[in-house]
Amino acid sequence: MPKILNITGLEKTYSSGNKQLTVLQNISFSIEKGQTFSIVGPSGSGKTTLLGLCAGLDQPNSGTIELCGEDLNMLSEDERAQLRNKNVGFIFQNFQLLPTLTALENVSVPLELQGGKDATSKSLALLEKVGLADRVHHYPSQLSGGEQQRVALARAFANAPSILFADEPTGNLDEDTGEKVIQLLFELNQEAGTTLVIITHDLDLANRTQQILRLKGGQILTNERTAVL
Amino acid sequence: MSKNTIWLFKMAWKDAKASKVRLLLFMASIILGIAAVVSIQLFSTNLKDNIKLQSKALMGADYNINSRQEPTERAQAIIDSLQPEAREINFVSMIAFPKNGGTKLAKVRGLEGDFPFYGTIDTQPTSAATTYQELGGALVDATLMLQFDVKAGDSIKVGNVTLPVLGALKAIPGSTAISTSVAPPIIIPYRFLEKTELLQFGSRKEYQFFYTTSENFDLEQFEKVIDPQLKAEKADLDTHTSTSQRLGQRYDNVGKFLNLAAFVALLLGCIGIASSVHIYIKEKLKSIAVLKCMGASRLQSFLIFLIQIAGIGVIGGLIGALIGVGVQELFPYLLKDFLPFSVEISISAQPILIGVFLGLFMSVLFALLPLLRTWYVSPLEVLRVNEKESPEPLKVRIFVIAAVLLFLFMFSYWLLRDIGYALGFMLATLIAFAALAGVALLCIKGLKKYFPQRWGFTARQSLLNLFRPNNQTVVLVVAIGLGTCLISTLYFTKDILLAKTEVGQSSESANIIILDVQSDQQDAIEERITAKGLPIVNSIPIVTMRIHKIKGRLANDLRQDSTKQMRNWVLNHEFRSTYRDTMTSSEELLEGEWTSHAKTKDPILVSISDNLAEDGISIGDAITFNVQGVLMETKVGSIRKVDWRQLQPNFNIVFPAGALEQAPQFRVISTNAKDASTSAALQRDLVAEFPNVSIIDLRQVYTIIEDILDKVSWVINFMAFFSIVTGIIVLIGSVRTSKYQRIKESVLLRTLGAKNAQILKITALEYLFLGLLGSLVGIILALLSSLCLALLLFNEPFTPSLIPFLVFLPGITFLVLGIGLSNIQTVLRSSPLEVLRREG
Repeated sequence: MPKILNITGLEKTYSSGNKQLTVLQNISFSIEKGQTFSIVGPSGSGKTTLLGLCAGLDQPNSGTIELCGEDLNMLSEDERAQLRNKNVGFIFQNFQLLPTLTALENVSVPLELQGGKDATSKSLALLEKVGLADRVHHYPSQLSGGEQQRVALARAFANAPSILFADEPTGNLDEDTGEKVIQLLFELNQEAGTTLVIITHDLDLANRTQQILRLKGGQILTNERTAVL
Repeated sequence: MSKNTIWLFKMAWKDAKASKVRLLLFMASIILGIAAVVSIQLFSTNLKDNIKLQSKALMGADYNINSRQEPTERAQAIIDSLQPEAREINFVSMIAFPKNGGTKLAKVRGLEGDFPFYGTIDTQPTSAATTYQELGGALVDATLMLQFDVKAGDSIKVGNVTLPVLGALKAIPGSTAISTSVAPPIIIPYRFLEKTELLQFGSRKEYQFFYTTSENFDLEQFEKVIDPQLKAEKADLDTHTSTSQRLGQRYDNVGKFLNLAAFVALLLGCIGIASSVHIYIKEKLKSIAVLKCMGASRLQSFLIFLIQIAGIGVIGGLIGALIGVGVQELFPYLLKDFLPFSVEISISAQPILIGVFLGLFMSVLFALLPLLRTWYVSPLEVLRVNEKESPEPLKVRIFVIAAVLLFLFMFSYWLLRDIGYALGFMLATLIAFAALAGVALLCIKGLKKYFPQRWGFTARQSLLNLFRPNNQTVVLVVAIGLGTCLISTLYFTKDILLAKTEVGQSSESANIIILDVQSDQQDAIEERITAKGLPIVNSIPIVTMRIHKIKGRLANDLRQDSTKQMRNWVLNHEFRSTYRDTMTSSEELLEGEWTSHAKTKDPILVSISDNLAEDGISIGDAITFNVQGVLMETKVGSIRKVDWRQLQPNFNIVFPAGALEQAPQFRVISTNAKDASTSAALQRDLVAEFPNVSIIDLRQVYTIIEDILDKVSWVINFMAFFSIVTGIIVLIGSVRTSKYQRIKESVLLRTLGAKNAQILKITALEYLFLGLLGSLVGIILALLSSLCLALLLFNEPFTPSLIPFLVFLPGITFLVLGIGLSNIQTVLRSSPLEVLRREG
């Protein structure tokens, strides 16, 4: 299978005052196209930092990241933004909807950034898919947590990304709502054939993906395939 | 327009729609700042244009030649060779209305010829202006006719001549309300002047000759050639352009103040923009990071907010300009008695364009620093809630600050047209910034070092807020202090300007002044006054003289010398001097020794006023005076500081007693009449018996000056009010900046069990301290800047008012406190969970 993400010798340090804090060290792994992949680990193990680097939101101190065939180190910030717009989708723990836009407008943003023609009709179809056809003109503050995360799902799939990064997608939801959102996420993912990378504490959720990467203290503990096909 | 551009505009609009309240605060700062600038600029431009346009009508001719004495033979030859088309002799004298015995000091203008050649004499009935010469009647000031119930057809007595009143005089070129109120004008045909018998020795007369020229005539060149020749003969040539220039200068200080008010309002507006955009962008940073996550470029996310700010700048500028246009319509109405002509307001597109441009430019420029954060915000901030905001590179910051300073300089130069003043304004603003930030940092340091560990929890907590990480102490002290400083400076400056024309009146001081009393009339007049039970407050002898020789050089030679340091008026002026043995209450000895009595053998030691000393005359200098044909050698024995504002006879040159008693002289006698009827009776009796004397009733002068001052101060207060409202909006914006920090902390405290009263107390103490510190330092800075303005810009002494300390200090402190407390109302009213969820 071709690789969509290829990471080699990744290292990331932050400076805090005079001290250097190494968050990630010697990280190498790759993700195949269409694969479901999870990154697990305790708090402070470097999961979120790794996600930020993989999606081109930040730059490593050393090592290479190849996303969708592009070496991120060779791209400028705006080129990385363009790459994200074309190929990457995001789901965040805090939903991160734009508070000043309605549900429909939020979903349309990635399409409009691409200059797509029928952004509104595509967004409406996606919102219908996530069961929010009657809430399209509501602002985020008028939606429940579960509804907000469903809008975020619709937005994440709006630009038909090749790879989708989900950071603790159920972290802010109760068990039932969380389960519904996850089911929806896997359904949409299967339908679109997107590569899915989930960061989670939840081992049950991780076990529903095809491969699990375990991090501890900024280093890879294990990188194993699960029984999921 | 490309798809991307349309999307950017759409995003900007959608986002702005949802942030109306915050953007309104921002727009309010622009509207008020621009309204102040546009109204003041428009009015000044209109005033200047009107003065220029109406300059011929203001003078009534293209040029005139005037002299305060009968023209010399040579001067008369020049005057005649230029062929005057009209001439006038005017003097101030008492006139009487035989109908009811009313008397009044008036300016009698004896005219011959078709004056004015431009503009008109506005009379009621209109025909009177053209027929009075032929019919041999008088035109009498309209207000005066109303006061004395005189109608056309009644008669007026001027000296020994009685003439029919043909009409009411409403306006004549070159008269202002203030001059016509003291001595209202009466116009009579020239041919009757001789018969009045008022043109005798000692009375002050002015001779004027009026001329017209062709359109292409080079008046400036002509003035350059002829004026020096006339000056040598103690006459003057005035062109209509120089008159309008002088008139323009008369309103200079009011103009300077109004420009200062505009500058302050705009500066406050700019601070308002910077602080409200700072809050606004801070709220938007997370959304920007989300947009960047989804693939928006730095330029796109920057442009979305730049479009918003620019759009609001343009709309704010337009509304501000329209308000400014509306406000300036009020000025001529308010100032109409102060100006010698009616100002016609014309509305052009230019000020509106300037307003829009200024609104756009200042909003983008002052929003640039906070706006740049959208460029540098990392998409990673979506994932890391507490990630420290990525600051703009130092180079970019320096560039933006330099651009802001350049704008401030260019703007103040545009207002003041003087590089020195513009640099001074900018420097003062920078010093104020530095001083306020310095004081705030010092306070933080002092608090850390001497922290009151034993204080109660709430007091300690509020003090801790002042120096914890992410504190707002410096930002708030600078914003509050700068706002207070600007408002107080405006207030102090207003006082300086108004104090200039302040007049004092006490029950003992003279309120009736009798001028032009001939020596042989002195005893009789004094007797009439004392017979009525009134005191003789002063009886001052006056001797007229000119400088003949000074420091060994003839005045005539000095006039030709272009390198001399002395102003021409000193050499040309007919000084009205007096002699006495003591100084008066309006005088103070600056240098030398006061000589009370002249010694026979030595040269006479005279005392000169400080303004004469400024022309390079000092102690020991020899001056020879021409006292009506007799040369008198003197030496400067002392220099006095004279308070010219006091309404009593003051003198440039004072001789000691025993020096001038034998010289031809006349007197000024003053008395104090307790009420209007005593004053009227005395005036009536004196004018009937001594028609040549002139009487000034200071009671009336006081009322008129107070009335005009009221109007001027109304305009000044109005402009100050503009700035104060802008200041308050800026304060609201600045204090709101601190909302984020405080709300989260207060919610956490409440979650941990703090009571509402405790949270209120912590917040109240913190803002009380910030308000007090900011406003106190602001007022102290204002005191210093006003002192500089008084000395350097207005050239006036400065006595600070207590109002800023008594009103602004507590007022602004409580305003800050009120806004601060309103910030945490959301915390107090709702459950902690609700707020935590809302604040994310």
